[in-house]
Amino acid sequence: MLGRLNLDALKHDWIEYLAGASMFFGLIAIIALVTYYKRWKWLWKEWFTSVDHKKIGVMYLVVSFVMLVKGLIDAVMMRFQQAFAFGDSMGYLGAEHFQQIFTAHGVTMIFFVGMGVIFAIINYVVPLQIGARDVAFPFLNNLSFWLFAMGGMMILVSLVIGVYGGTGWSAYPPLAGIEYNPGVGVDYWVWSIQISGIGTMLSGINFLVTILKMRCKGMSLMKMPIFTWATFITMILIIFAFPILTGALSMLTTDRLLDTKIFTAGFGGNPMMYINLFWAWGHPEVYILILPAFGMFSEVVPVFSRKRLFGYASMVWALVAIAFFSFIVWLHHFFTMGAGANVNSFFGIMTMIIAIPTGVKVFNWLFTMFRGRVKFSTPMLWFIGFIVTFVSGGMTGVLMSLPGVDFQVHNSLFLIAHFHSVIIGGVVFGFFAGFTYWFPKIFGYTLIEKWGKWAFWCWLIGYCLAFLPLYLLGFMGVTRRLNHFDVTEWQPLFMVALLGALVITAGVGFQCLQIYTSIKRRKENRDETGDPWDGRTLEWSTTSPPPFYNYAHTPEVHAKDAFWDFKQKGMPIKMGPPYYPIHMPKNSPYGFLIGVLSFTMAFGLIWWIWWLAALSVVGIVVCIIAHLFVKEPDYFVTEEEVAKIEGEAHGSV
Amino acid sequence: MKTIFKVVLGILICLAAVAITAFYISTHNIDVLNPKGIISAKERDLIATASELMLIIVVPVFALLWYISWKYREGNEAEHEPDWEHNYIAEYCWWGVPLVIVAILAVVCWKSTHELNPFNPLQSDKKPFKVQAVALRWKWLFIYPEEGVATINLLQIPIDRPVSFEITADAPMNSFWIPQLAGQIYAMPSMRTELYIQANEAGTYRGLSSHISGKGFAGMYFTVQAGTEQELKDFVAKAKESNRSLNRAVYDQLVEPSEYDPIELYQLQDPSLFMQVLDKYLVPQSQAS
Repeated sequence: MLGRLNLDALKHDWIEYLAGASMFFGLIAIIALVTYYKRWKWLWKEWFTSVDHKKIGVMYLVVSFVMLVKGLIDAVMMRFQQAFAFGDSMGYLGAEHFQQIFTAHGVTMIFFVGMGVIFAIINYVVPLQIGARDVAFPFLNNLSFWLFAMGGMMILVSLVIGVYGGTGWSAYPPLAGIEYNPGVGVDYWVWSIQISGIGTMLSGINFLVTILKMRCKGMSLMKMPIFTWATFITMILIIFAFPILTGALSMLTTDRLLDTKIFTAGFGGNPMMYINLFWAWGHPEVYILILPAFGMFSEVVPVFSRKRLFGYASMVWALVAIAFFSFIVWLHHFFTMGAGANVNSFFGIMTMIIAIPTGVKVFNWLFTMFRGRVKFSTPMLWFIGFIVTFVSGGMTGVLMSLPGVDFQVHNSLFLIAHFHSVIIGGVVFGFFAGFTYWFPKIFGYTLIEKWGKWAFWCWLIGYCLAFLPLYLLGFMGVTRRLNHFDVTEWQPLFMVALLGALVITAGVGFQCLQIYTSIKRRKENRDETGDPWDGRTLEWSTTSPPPFYNYAHTPEVHAKDAFWDFKQKGMPIKMGPPYYPIHMPKNSPYGFLIGVLSFTMAFGLIWWIWWLAALSVVGIVVCIIAHLFVKEPDYFVTEEEVAKIEGEAHGSV
Repeated sequence: MKTIFKVVLGILICLAAVAITAFYISTHNIDVLNPKGIISAKERDLIATASELMLIIVVPVFALLWYISWKYREGNEAEHEPDWEHNYIAEYCWWGVPLVIVAILAVVCWKSTHELNPFNPLQSDKKPFKVQAVALRWKWLFIYPEEGVATINLLQIPIDRPVSFEITADAPMNSFWIPQLAGQIYAMPSMRTELYIQANEAGTYRGLSSHISGKGFAGMYFTVQAGTEQELKDFVAKAKESNRSLNRAVYDQLVEPSEYDPIELYQLQDPSLFMQVLDKYLVPQSQAS
């Protein structure tokens, strides 16, 4: 009846009990609060079933924040283990538990924090930037979010019921095969990524179509804001890359469930094929994370330098070049597999070519500041931190693109330091810059600068302390994923790294404090104008937060920095009456339902509860059919209602 | 004044960090930067060359970042041209100069990759010393087919003579790496990879697996003894006297998982053992056993 699920699945060590208990009581507390304030209906109608891209963006933010806390706890636990497990001391974590933690850390940070935050900002900002009222497929957007959220949920559930994979986030077979890993860990890994990956794929299609078809009048491709351009290119990457992941994971699943022997070492299987497929997705994936972050910086730097973005066309072509080359470099993740000198050289050279467009972007940002009036608010500080960490990380990256060098640092802590320096410096700092920048648009008041600056310095100094020693350790021959060390000489450097992780944690603490005090003092920081930074792009022309239909009259633009252009020419920003009826999509419960059913399907397949999986699949099909038969998925907002909402917004000015 | 103080403090902290790092590097053994073999020495030189080339770009970037942030900060009344967004010469420069650097690096890449290809035999008038390495759960088995001995977690090699490795795994994938002697190559079940190294200096080095292979992965390291031909002979003689002998039956027990295994010496009974390990994956397992 319950497959291989039995009470043993609940047996853990005390740390996992603690984590499980805190999650359980956290959940109880949330349920109690929602019930006490009678907000269930509100939650369901205003949020869970909402197809409004802005609300979906905020939900992405919430999930990403929860996952960030989880991933950060993982990181600190690893640092504690590695700082003390030397010689006779085996540390406080068992090998298998430690391996689960770093696997979960990688998956959490890449799929549920990195992807989460970029989709949060993309969801909120892109339709506003192109003057649209919503995305092209609003229901699909809601579904994507729920698939993403359920994938994250899967990792959290694995903390309580069963175990998570312990194979590293890339889960190479044959280690990830049924022979060496018969338990549920790898299955949890597969399904958490598979479900959210399909969600990402759908989002990719959605935003690509949105950007191509829903731009307002006058906005030709070469007049789009750079963040929209970055999103556009990213969505192309997603559409090409994610099916590869889905395919690779499906084959791994059939290997594990149906004994197909595609990636096994024996019986004609080929594990190297998996490694190729994984990185054919995995390398574009890192650009899927970084390009939107580049886009965010490209918005922040001109606004805070009070100057146009330097070299717009260069920026666009750099994005295109990066996207193109990102698909022909995947082999640099395994130069050490023995492909031969010609193949290795080709992929090495392609990899270093990517440094050229990336370098162009850096110079263009710097020359945006040149002859500007640079205001060093927190978004700009994140930008400076980004240049320092990202350029140094990029340099070590090009170093590793030489196969001869890679042989000496592959899989070592040098590599760990490299990709954390580009992902923390690039994606995370980029998101923080974008978050601070768009926060007033999303919530209607600005963040308090003081704690933001504290957070920035903690992150930057913490990053240096946590990862610069790892470069050295890598050169000393220390590999990643070790739960114990025989050489005690390494201990001092790991102590420094632990200190760094704690300083970063303090940074996150300051960010929580920043959000908390900003909420408390929101009245004095309210953004009445909708344009707190003297912005340049369309999203700043509507109110903060925007009405659910974004624009009462869809704008018509004539220049690149459309809103700046309006202001320069003294054109009216908002047109008053007459208003016209606005065509809007209706909420739908099916995204949520399909998300939940996907979760139960995956849960059934993980634990071999076949009836549950089968029932869930039937449920998903029924939901899809039911959704197709919804007669009126849309409605019109009447002129009177628009007039009322617009009147209130203007009245408050 | 207050800003100046902060800036000076920041510079001092950075200088202190650089000084501490330099001190640490000079007083500790940094394996990759302190090579003891001809391959690892070339790899170290490659790191140096590539780093120097890249600093041609990176140093100006940091200098520009510093200069521009300082000069064009709000409150410092430098010139302000809010609509200046384009300059062909500048943009050609930063497409062009990195392109030139990468072109040079590409040549370096092509040459060094062909030179350092792990499958390349090393030029020498001496006959290479043959070793077959098998990654097991979680220990390394070294077979010396020509000497007729085998070891667990100990690799004895001669100095100033090429050593040729054939590498495979009878376990999840591993990666074979001796940082002070040569870069790594994967050890994969059903696959055979090769590596050629030559140690220049006698000594004891650390070898390891750098790819996760399951629970006992942290114990996947081994001792490398590089010594004279005489030391090698003594080692072979000692192993020949060992009361343990390695054949397929003993090997099948070794394949079982175990962690933190001590060094063991074996006399080799079955010289075709390495081929048998590879073949295990080529024929259906029911027939093989």
